[in-house]
Amino acid sequence: MAGRTLYDKIWESHSVGILPTGQTQLFIGLHLIHEITTAPAFDMLREQGMDVAFPERTFATVDHIVPTDIRSRPFLDSEAEELIQALEKNVKQFGVEFFGLDHQNQGIVHVIGPQLGLTQPGMTLACGDSHTSTHGAFGTLAFGIGTSQVRDVLATQTLAMDKLKVRRISVNGALGTGVYAKDVILNTIRRLGVAGGKGFAYEYGGAVIDKMNMEERMTVCNMSIEGGALVGYVNPDQTTFDYLKGRPYVPTGEAFDRAVAYWKSVASDPDAKYDDVVNYEGKDIEPTVTWGINPGQAVGISEKLPKPEEYSDPDGAKKAYEHMGWQPGAPILGTPINVAFVGSCTNSRMTDLRAAARIAKGRKVKSGIRALVVPGSAEVKKLAEQEGLHEIFKEAGFEWRGAGCSMCLAMNPDKLTGREICASSSNRNFIGRQGSPGGRTLLMSPAMVAAAALNGKVVDVREYH
Amino acid sequence: MSEIVKVTKIAGTAVPIRGNDIDTDRIIPARYLKEVTFARMGDYPFFDERFDGSGKKKDHPLNDPEYKGASILFVNKNFGCGSSREHAPQALYRFGIQAIVGESFAAIFAGNCTIMGVPTVTVSAKEIERLMKSVEESPRTEYTVNLESKTLSYGNHKIAIDLPETYRNALTTGSWDSTTMLRANLEQVRKTASKLPYMSRFAS
Repeated sequence: MAGRTLYDKIWESHSVGILPTGQTQLFIGLHLIHEITTAPAFDMLREQGMDVAFPERTFATVDHIVPTDIRSRPFLDSEAEELIQALEKNVKQFGVEFFGLDHQNQGIVHVIGPQLGLTQPGMTLACGDSHTSTHGAFGTLAFGIGTSQVRDVLATQTLAMDKLKVRRISVNGALGTGVYAKDVILNTIRRLGVAGGKGFAYEYGGAVIDKMNMEERMTVCNMSIEGGALVGYVNPDQTTFDYLKGRPYVPTGEAFDRAVAYWKSVASDPDAKYDDVVNYEGKDIEPTVTWGINPGQAVGISEKLPKPEEYSDPDGAKKAYEHMGWQPGAPILGTPINVAFVGSCTNSRMTDLRAAARIAKGRKVKSGIRALVVPGSAEVKKLAEQEGLHEIFKEAGFEWRGAGCSMCLAMNPDKLTGREICASSSNRNFIGRQGSPGGRTLLMSPAMVAAAALNGKVVDVREYH
Repeated sequence: MSEIVKVTKIAGTAVPIRGNDIDTDRIIPARYLKEVTFARMGDYPFFDERFDGSGKKKDHPLNDPEYKGASILFVNKNFGCGSSREHAPQALYRFGIQAIVGESFAAIFAGNCTIMGVPTVTVSAKEIERLMKSVEESPRTEYTVNLESKTLSYGNHKIAIDLPETYRNALTTGSWDSTTMLRANLEQVRKTASKLPYMSRFAS
């Protein structure tokens, strides 16, 4: 019998049975919720007189709408206030543990799950947020769901699912200086396309991934969905176990040893059979920047903007040029920016803040540029302050904010205005994504964002290394 | 418990929205996700593409009186990519869309539509172009999406449509609203859970 992938193993151990529709009823080991996609789900439970089947397996926090500057209640935005009150009421009524606005564990769901050790290898994990694939960094089968599915998880701790195929993506060799995890995933999406992962779970491996720390692996897995893959994961290894040891929700003593034995057992077998295999070399990756309106429209920093005809969908590329307002053949290097944003579930952890701070240290944000650093969680904020990163940022002219999703999707007061261009460490450059219908987003690594902030334009971060 | 509603056939006029990789931020801007219910979502589909900053209507198929009352949406490739927000299909559904025909759909979007009882069915790139042209030329054309025969018919035409068999089963048997179906197996769910070592915090 051919070996099995991690995906196969977790799928099998979590399968409750086959439903009349032919779908698999899949048990969900961990359910994370936040204020945005859950209120109607709780309403549906109430309407149907149902309780939460496994309340101890759901954890809640607030991240999307929270202001990152003035956090006093009630929020100035009455809609945001109403939404947070709805969550506060729901978690209380249904007995769900809640890390509220002032709780030490508050933060972006995809930052706090791993940080607390809630996210573990060999689990299924669902959350009403497409970037749930982040947790796959731990060898967790993690995916985003809609609100009706949130209701299903609350009511049954299961989902009706179809099994995916598995594509192994090996990034071999080593990365060059100034090239980060963000560049790896932007390149992967650029190569395979924004819809290339449809029907697949992505298994990331190879020497480049093996060498990454957990936070870097989270950055890679986070953007799987931008490549069309519902699930992305890395097989758990010693790096994973070392990260988890001692975290609040991770077992200790002999139980930890048993956990490690289980975690090891879920990794893909050496002879695992994949539905597709992709290989590429780390040395071929440059610092990468998106130029268009989807994360696949990206170029290396030394490249010129492509002609629409170079894409399989020239009309899509033309629409991107129309929105962005630049011309094919122009260099991405030197593109002016108005705003710089370091943050989001993709890049707001200590590794990211350190990388940005290393560039910012002793330098100044270019006059007229609005630059924000938004840590991913209250804990990240605390750790960064212990290291003095906040002082580096503030001295350089960055605003140092409280934890939340912030300008990634601009559901709080942090927004672009008009036609502003933002160098952003987030995950989506969609039209209107950062709060202004005419706004423009250039996705890049946190170090590249910091370098852009200092220069008021896109530069090659390798000049600082 | 919700009553069983079988979704087998959707008939009506159609509206085309052209373009690949239309993301859910475009379908519904994030600011509308601050509402605590889906009740008003029908006012917002493609809001920033339909209205300018002052609320004035822009050129958009969903503003075009020719397509008023359409219940079938024609789209291109990878429709609904990006954010998992169910607000996107809720906005389209509450606007009046009951079925979406396209070249392909993003995974979470298609799942969200199905669990709401809105079929997302696929046809080839050539067929979707033909369908879009047909409705652009004659907006009052009546189309019928039939999930049982897996066909889409209009005028003298009948073409094959595709969708995952599990989705088709869920829709045509009325089990798309899955909670009841899943909740029937709670005892088995607890059995499966008890075999997972992390559920007992690796106590043994």
